Amino acid sequence: MMLDNDEFILETSPRELTQNPLRKIWMPCKNGHIAQRRVCMTNCPTLIVTVGLPARGKTYISKKLTRYLNWIGVPTKEFNVGQYRRECLKIYKSFEFFRPDNEEGLKIRRQCALAALNDVRQYLSVEGGQVAVFDATNTTRERRGTIIKFAEQNGFKVFFVESVCEDPDVIAQNIVQVKLDSPDYTHCNTEEVIEDFMKRIKCYESSYQPLDEVLDRDLSYIKIMDVGCRYLVNRVLDHIQSRIVYYLMNIHITPRSIYLCRHGESDLNIKGRIGGDSGLSARGKEFAKSLRKFIQDQNIKDLKVWTSQMKRTIQTAECLGVPYEQWKSLNEIDAGVCEEMMYEEIQEHYPLEFALRDQDKYRYRYPKGESYEDLVQRLEPVIMELERQENILVVCHQAVMRCLLAYFLDKNADELPYLKCPLHTVLKLTPMAYGCKVESVYLGVDSVNTQRDRPENVNVLRTTGDALQTVPAHL
Amino acid sequence: MIQQSLVLNRDADLILPVTIARRPQTSRDRKAGPGSDRRGMAARQQRPAAASDGSAEARRTDLRVNEKKCSWASYMTNSPTVIVMIGLPARGKTYMSKKLTRYLNWIGVPTKVFNLGVYRREAVQSYKSYDFFRHDNKEAMQIRKQFALVALEDVKAYLDEEAGQIAVFDATNTTRERRELILNFAKDNSYKVFFVESICDDPDVIATNILDVKVSSPDYPERDRESVMEDFLKRIECYKVTYQPLDPDEHDNNLSFIQVINVGRRFLVNRVQDYIQSKIVYYLMNIHVHSHSIYLCRHGESHYNVEGRIGGDSELSERGKQFSAALKGFVEEHRLSDLKVWTSQLRRTIQTAEELGVPYEQWKILNEIDAGVCEEMSYEMIEETYPEEFAMRGQDKYHYRYPGGESYQDLVQRLEPVIMELERQGNVLVICHQAVMRCLLAYFLDKSADDLPYLKCPLHTVLKLTPVAYGCKVDLFDLKVEAVNTHRDRPLKGRDAKKVSTGFEPGTLRFMNKVSTDAVPPAFLRRNSFTPLSSQDQIKRPRLYSMGNPPQARMSQAPALPSMQFSEVSEGAELLQSKCSRRRRMCSELKKQRERLFSTWMYHQF
Repeated sequence: MMLDNDEFILETSPRELTQNPLRKIWMPCKNGHIAQRRVCMTNCPTLIVTVGLPARGKTYISKKLTRYLNWIGVPTKEFNVGQYRRECLKIYKSFEFFRPDNEEGLKIRRQCALAALNDVRQYLSVEGGQVAVFDATNTTRERRGTIIKFAEQNGFKVFFVESVCEDPDVIAQNIVQVKLDSPDYTHCNTEEVIEDFMKRIKCYESSYQPLDEVLDRDLSYIKIMDVGCRYLVNRVLDHIQSRIVYYLMNIHITPRSIYLCRHGESDLNIKGRIGGDSGLSARGKEFAKSLRKFIQDQNIKDLKVWTSQMKRTIQTAECLGVPYEQWKSLNEIDAGVCEEMMYEEIQEHYPLEFALRDQDKYRYRYPKGESYEDLVQRLEPVIMELERQENILVVCHQAVMRCLLAYFLDKNADELPYLKCPLHTVLKLTPMAYGCKVESVYLGVDSVNTQRDRPENVNVLRTTGDALQTVPAHL
Repeated sequence: MIQQSLVLNRDADLILPVTIARRPQTSRDRKAGPGSDRRGMAARQQRPAAASDGSAEARRTDLRVNEKKCSWASYMTNSPTVIVMIGLPARGKTYMSKKLTRYLNWIGVPTKVFNLGVYRREAVQSYKSYDFFRHDNKEAMQIRKQFALVALEDVKAYLDEEAGQIAVFDATNTTRERRELILNFAKDNSYKVFFVESICDDPDVIATNILDVKVSSPDYPERDRESVMEDFLKRIECYKVTYQPLDPDEHDNNLSFIQVINVGRRFLVNRVQDYIQSKIVYYLMNIHVHSHSIYLCRHGESHYNVEGRIGGDSELSERGKQFSAALKGFVEEHRLSDLKVWTSQLRRTIQTAEELGVPYEQWKILNEIDAGVCEEMSYEMIEETYPEEFAMRGQDKYHYRYPGGESYQDLVQRLEPVIMELERQGNVLVICHQAVMRCLLAYFLDKSADDLPYLKCPLHTVLKLTPVAYGCKVDLFDLKVEAVNTHRDRPLKGRDAKKVSTGFEPGTLRFMNKVSTDAVPPAFLRRNSFTPLSSQDQIKRPRLYSMGNPPQARMSQAPALPSMQFSEVSEGAELLQSKCSRRRRMCSELKKQRERLFSTWMYHQF
């Protein structure tokens, strides 16, 4: 993606270029010192501020957006003021706390908001965060004014995300799905929770000032109405805001399941070779048949099937007897010069490359190939379209599946390249409340193991034995 | 088990199920629609199914036509969509229509504009005054409704018979009655409808638009500015009387639409239905109207350029470095304020940017087309090592995918985020590569898939693109540093070959002259009904050479010519026929080449 130079020294240009051995990026260097670079999606940090009554899905949006932004490589953190309140207050009694005439409550809530903003400043100014999501009701213009002022003082851009919903069914559903499990209501039954929460909402309603087309015309915001039926978008300023808007416009909350699996075992899998474009082995074909049966048994409504443009995924999908779509973006990571090699051969020919990969598998780019980081960028349109879809089966590849899984399970860059995605196993992901339920279904067809864990020794000077310590068995 | 029969499209290295059925392919000889640019590559490539007796040949032709359409975006768009513009005159409807159409065609969705004003002007030759637009002018109202019906008929023909996927109906459509008419029309034909309403109450913006666009309108030949403005403002008033904007809360709650308010300051988006609508919304939200220029150039000449080799990651030659210095001078001379500089992640563009002494951003997606197994080879080497591939690329350069690499079509898809960001930005200098620059240029100049891979993007030349009215102004700056010519024109077979090679200096384009006279058109083998096969096309080994590593045994294998492989359900008979019909196809291929020759010459004037 985009990079820029932090310290750009005019007089010394042009500088010599050296290639970063890990990421294979050409960098200017001076006196052997490589200019520091960082990923730069936005020039100044952005503060995303949610607006809306309780139970309007603000936390859902905040968490989801945070997960997405982190996944595409923009360091993002959410700051939930409710969490601060719970930490500060320990025990929640009832809605009384939120009454507009509860002076004590107001004071505490204000303090919590300020504490959260303080942490936002710390995160964006000191810890290198790019986006902070300030998750609170922020229903009054006065509160929003405070936040805008805070952002101005610190040089942050502000983008408001307001969720407006009048449908009582949606609100009730939200309360049941999310608030029942809230630490605020550990000892209450369903009815008590709903009753108290509805009163809590009432406390805010009287003072709620929605974002206004005229009064707030100079602010940057998106207003999401009735869970995505309609959007009002005002003054989108930069790249990151435009990405956020596009993302928010594509997510939906219709219940559905996402099935992820790899192609059936391929001929190159058996040989312990990576990449390539081989066909399925006999067991791989066996898996394809089992997959067909599995899909039929699941009896999924309007299932869509996606494959990559590689032979092994298409062969697998062909067996299903249903239409499918091919995405080039779903092709396996390009191992460049190491394509079709065994790990033993990579160690033999490129021991340095092999060690570098173990040191930072996420950022390591194969010579003439890709890194996991590149793969995530390539898969972004896939994720966007996955968000738009309902029931779907994605037949893909090990590295690709890890990236997709990391998105749904919110795994960081360190965990991502080591996620376990064995052959002949279907993962069923069902979005629940703020996360995703994962069911792993092994279809009972044997296959080789292709998971190579991180070896203990990642030093470039390690022995061949150390380097090959974790290579799975193969022919 | 019902297995779809599979075809390996060797042009695009794609394995496609044949069941991707499209609408009938009969191409009707219609007059080009008004305001249309006829870019739709699919439309262009359609030939009437050769022998209508349903022979294997005819089927194959159909297949080929179908394959062409499968750009990803096109693939995701299942049912045709009519985009209906709404708004008073001078609200930028035509601007948005044209721009959107250009974008959609570029990403591979065949799209065409139907501008009602053009229909009116064709029928009512001389425009007198705003009187024509008065809502109480019964006769004129009747005429105007007739135009709408005629235009809708053309929309239908385009979507049903000419394989269009999106029609943009560019008219005011300010009344509910008119919109109802369109909705019913779409319902009868099962098209999806997406409304784009432009609302603007800023008088300055409106006045600017009138002056920029309408003064040059064919409605106002040779009149002075003020009277035009006056007449036009009256014309707007005529519409205002009956204007019923979309009502998101009540009446139009169930429609899919976007309201663009005050030239993109605010947007209201209602009920986006599918992939393409979401794309359209995203695009409209990113285009802006403030004036800016985009500067496109390639890196300075590289060592590989000098050696006549493609791809790779080599450094700048001496002349390449001179160009970088000249480029620095160019940037300073033009006093480009707030200029952003983007490069790829290949060394030659970064070296070029380094010389400028300004910050720049590296984009991996700006990297040159991946030539797969052909990386770092010269065209002679490719022709020698992979004669089949080489010839196939010449036949359809846009869709041809290098084994283990990319096609121009892939490249367009990869570059889409760059276009989106370019639309958002102010002044940008993009230092990129030949194939990448062609794709970017094709977007701005609205070039067809057929012309795109042959656009001229010489080294050491900066193109300045400035959006004006409905198009783009191109200024070409030759920075006067010599460089090799890397442009390779459409290859031509047999006698035709000699014609084209005369146009170039000898030496720089040596590969051009080397067209064998006994050129046998490449075997265009389509393998029907077999399990997907692509392995032997995707050998990536030769790229190892570039790393300075000893070639391994496996990689020294020259890829075998694609062997025939049949599955149990092989349609052998059809394949036999394919051999017989190959000769016939050769002839038609040659004929096509000649036609291309002509268009190539035309393009030279660019």
